Amino acid sequence: MEIVKVTNLKKAYGNLQAVKGISFSIKQGEIFGLLGPNGAGKTSTINMLIGLSRPSGGNIMIDGMDAIKDIKKVQRIIGVIPDENNLYGEMSGFDNLCFCASLYGIGKKERERRAMELLKQFGLTDAAKRPFRTYSKGMKRRLTIAAGLIHDPKILFLDEPTTGIDVESTRQIRDLILSLKKQGRTILMTTHYIEEAERICDRIAFIVNGEIVKVGTVAELMESVEKEYKIKLQLGSNIKELKGVREELERNFLNCKIEVLEQNSCIIVSKGPIPLSPILQMLDSQGISVFEAKAIKPSLEDVFVRITGIDVSKLEKEKVS
Amino acid sequence: METLIAFWNILKKDIKNYYLKPPNISWGIIFPLSWTLMQLIRSPGDVGIVELLPGLMAMSILFGTTSMLAVTITFEKRSKSFDRLLLAPISISILVSAKILGAILFGIVNAFVPVIFAAFLVDLRGVSWGIALVAVVLIAITSALLGLLVAVSVREVFEAQTLSNFFRFPMLFLCGLFIPIDKLPAILKPISFCLPLTYGADMLNSAIIHSSSFNILLSFAIMLLFIIVLFYLCKRNIEKKWIL
Ligand SMILES: Nc1ncnc2c1ncn2[C@@H]1O[C@H](COP(=O)(O)OP(=O)(O)O)[C@@H](O)[C@H]1O
Ligand SMILES: [Mg+2]
Repeated sequence: MEIVKVTNLKKAYGNLQAVKGISFSIKQGEIFGLLGPNGAGKTSTINMLIGLSRPSGGNIMIDGMDAIKDIKKVQRIIGVIPDENNLYGEMSGFDNLCFCASLYGIGKKERERRAMELLKQFGLTDAAKRPFRTYSKGMKRRLTIAAGLIHDPKILFLDEPTTGIDVESTRQIRDLILSLKKQGRTILMTTHYIEEAERICDRIAFIVNGEIVKVGTVAELMESVEKEYKIKLQLGSNIKELKGVREELERNFLNCKIEVLEQNSCIIVSKGPIPLSPILQMLDSQGISVFEAKAIKPSLEDVFVRITGIDVSKLEKEKVS
Repeated sequence: METLIAFWNILKKDIKNYYLKPPNISWGIIFPLSWTLMQLIRSPGDVGIVELLPGLMAMSILFGTTSMLAVTITFEKRSKSFDRLLLAPISISILVSAKILGAILFGIVNAFVPVIFAAFLVDLRGVSWGIALVAVVLIAITSALLGLLVAVSVREVFEAQTLSNFFRFPMLFLCGLFIPIDKLPAILKPISFCLPLTYGADMLNSAIIHSSSFNILLSFAIMLLFIIVLFYLCKRNIEKKWIL
């Protein structure tokens, strides 16, 4: 069932078209990712869905309600984790959560119970009484997520949940997002980390310059581009020095292209399956020993680059974990 | 019921986080107090104090509410915590009311600080307290709404401060409390008639020193009108500017 349906959604800031008529839908219980570089229009899109921003055009239906007309009703069932941690610095973690709960009309006893429970679940019990501003970045992020969950929302909107967070907190937050899905919540998240989208999203939309250029599961996205086979060979000698080997390989195996990497390795790229054994035989006959042959699977990154034409360095690279 | 819980907690949070913070309490008290002392030193004697009282009360309210609200809201906007309130399932009107109520209460409390000091020095039995209270409440509401209007119009905290002073000082000097309206230069008079404080001050004058320029019911009606218009303006501007 489609729980969120966005049609031809547009947002202009003066002359700038930040979102140019995008359409997508999110199925109940899935994690849907908006993946795109900075300035692609991810936050603008989320803000329109949650009622912080008024669309310049288009329709948004959330759980059967018109999210533009009936936003106050929609806000009861959605939880929002913004890109910035926007809790009150002077208030303790516990008070922050209780205050957020009160905004949804939750009574005092129940608010306190939920706040304690979430603090425990997020490993923040020890910091419960400390002012929010004294928290570390990762702790702030976790409390901000907890605050978005305090009214037990059906649908969650997470804007760049792991941007600027240390590796350990990032791992925790990703696990947490997956566990929220297991609880049956529907999740829309944005990210500019390809690997993050690949790892936790059920479906991904590539968003570039205010337009969605492609939507699908990771498998669908992978299949959508022409398949390329790649095998990396680790050689016993420097292929560059042995003149003609490369040319000969490419002459004999017409579909293959050889990319010479560092001294003793190369990559064979082909549109079809690579006939490994004849290649090895040929190399052997030239006196080149092969120590290792490894298939390189195409990554979502390759797909992203090919579909969007965007230089991957424009997307911040995944932090090394 | 749910709306009430949200309303009450927004109000409670603001009172705890902003209005009861020591620097703000002292601002609300020190300023009127030092002004009173200054006037006392300049013009000792019973008559002087009672006549100063309306001006002092108006000033205390203005200093307690306008910039306080403008600054705190601008601060919350900048730190984005205000978005939490906009994301809550409560109407903008309820939100605006909860936000300004803290400032209004703070202004009302401030207004009675000079009264308490004056009570030690002079006989205040001649004052019509009912009318004075109504005037104080009305002035507090309009001042708070002006503060909110300032907050909606600016982005930075210092702008909020500057702009609220821009409103505040001319209002104080044109409202007829310190310089009677008929003694104002002809070009300034029309401005004076456009200020809510002019009518609130006149009500205070009528309650405390029993002299007024306008009919008290007229002043009351005009103040109500100001409140309605300002509230509408604030709500419209919030919807237009904050929900981008
Ligand atoms: N309030 C705003 N006023 C003007 N331009 C904006 C505003 N918010 C975002 N933009 C512009 O809209 C584009 C999309 O921004 P945004 O939605 O924040 O992208 P993302 O979240 O994908 O990084 C950017 O060019 C940004 O500069
Ligand atoms: Mg963003």
